[in-house]
Amino acid sequence: MSLAGKAALVSALLLAICLGAWHVATLPKASADAAMDPEYARLMGLDKPKTDGLPTLAQLGAASWKQLAHPFHDSGSNDKGIGIQLAYSLGRVTLGFALAALVAVPLGFVIGLSPLAHRALNPFIQVLKPISPLAWMPLALYTIKDSAASSIFVIFICSVWPMLINTSHGVASVRRDWLNVAKTLEAGTVRTCLQVILPAATPVILTGMRISMGIAWLVIVAAEMLVGNLGIGYFVWNEWNNLSLSNVIFAILVIGVVGMLLDLLFGALQRAFAYVE
Amino acid sequence: MSMAPFLQVRGLSKTFTRGAPPVFCEVAFTLDRGEFVCIIGHSGCGKTTILNILAGLDAATSGEVVMDGREVAGPSLDRGVVFQGHALMPWLTVRGNIAFAVRSRWPDWTRDEVRAHVQKYVDLVRLTGNEDKRPAALSGGMKQRVGIARAFAIQPKMLLLDEPFGALDALTRGAIQDELVAICAETRQTVFMITHDVDEALLLADRILLMTNGPGARIAESLVNTLPRARTRHDIHHHPRYYQIRNHVLDFLVHRSKLLQQGIADVAANDSFAAATQEETP
Repeated sequence: MSLAGKAALVSALLLAICLGAWHVATLPKASADAAMDPEYARLMGLDKPKTDGLPTLAQLGAASWKQLAHPFHDSGSNDKGIGIQLAYSLGRVTLGFALAALVAVPLGFVIGLSPLAHRALNPFIQVLKPISPLAWMPLALYTIKDSAASSIFVIFICSVWPMLINTSHGVASVRRDWLNVAKTLEAGTVRTCLQVILPAATPVILTGMRISMGIAWLVIVAAEMLVGNLGIGYFVWNEWNNLSLSNVIFAILVIGVVGMLLDLLFGALQRAFAYVE
Repeated sequence: MSMAPFLQVRGLSKTFTRGAPPVFCEVAFTLDRGEFVCIIGHSGCGKTTILNILAGLDAATSGEVVMDGREVAGPSLDRGVVFQGHALMPWLTVRGNIAFAVRSRWPDWTRDEVRAHVQKYVDLVRLTGNEDKRPAALSGGMKQRVGIARAFAIQPKMLLLDEPFGALDALTRGAIQDELVAICAETRQTVFMITHDVDEALLLADRILLMTNGPGARIAESLVNTLPRARTRHDIHHHPRYYQIRNHVLDFLVHRSKLLQQGIADVAANDSFAAATQEETP
């Protein structure tokens, strides 16, 4: 059996063990009070099978199926389909990420090309980079006065640093030889930047973008829990308030799958622009 | 009008760190149009730095370089460079790498004109059929051929080769040397080339500049290669003067390059070598 086949088998086995454990853990408690007077049990609400609150696999399956069957249903502000919520979250992430790229890539070029800019801006980057993006939220809400725009800002601020740092690093470490070729061919600054430095640095820039996107997807859930209204993060929080753990678990799985797909997308981009020296 | 040499290098010296002795000093030589000149010397004597100064990529601490009546003050399309590590851009194909140079030289050309010109030079270095390959898919020898095609394609007034065959195996090197001889004979290209390889210098060069060791290196001799110009790898070593010249260069590299650096040249001045092939630089 091939390695891939063995790995798939082990993965399937692990999944089966996890699901099995879940199933056992959420089995209805064998009624300890079997001897209880049924009338009394009914009065106490103990006649129905009792669980620990965690949904059983069947309950989770049913909840998931209900969500997946109508992903775009819209029955009021607190009951929108998972598709709509995801679309809002992805929209915010895309917008914040794109704005960050528009700032980080050109600025990273400047920092990578100019040692002066590098030294002058480095203290700011070092101080701003470790700030949790959510710490900006109150300030954003106060200045922007719009919850959706604030969450986009938070995505922007968390995506900008890895892209900025990777772009400047990629630009600064372009091989001297290639720059010398461009110089001896009298290629101008713009042409050298676009046709030599940019393609040379693209793999490193894309690595930065992949990291940024990963962080952005982590942050959007938390940001939406804070600002509310719409989005997958809000959905999780809303379902927690509804005490619908099935929907919470379903949403957690969806967040994981979408995050993986985003990562795969950037992985494919990296492969497309990679080069072998 | 007096015939000024095509390239004139005067009083060139380079100091990398303030206070340290110069890597080389008072380097002076000339190149005539269409001449193929090799420079030989041990590592660290500043050969590559001299070539970079000629290319305009590096600045001399003192001295000047005049090519075709104009002072060299920066890189120019008039001087094509073949780099030591081929320096091909790995994200471009063979065609893309050469086309990058062609479009630099003739920015107004149409796509078809560029393509036709590139094809001509791909054919010249015998890489026909490999136009769409990326450098990673090429052997070392093929990569260096692309580097040569890229430098020739801009039709420079002078070609600067920085040890272009250093990383190649002997068989590949021989084949490309033959091609270079043929291309240079055809185009009457002026070439300045760095090499470590005495046989290569004898095969290719009309004149060989011998450098003493660094620091404080200088050009000790300018040796005219008196072997007839139609040289080939197959018969050059049968020429009666071949080993005489070869031994002279080897003696220089083994003994005198060091002694000359220490300023005891006269002690080392040997030998029964025919004075006709040799002219000491001042």
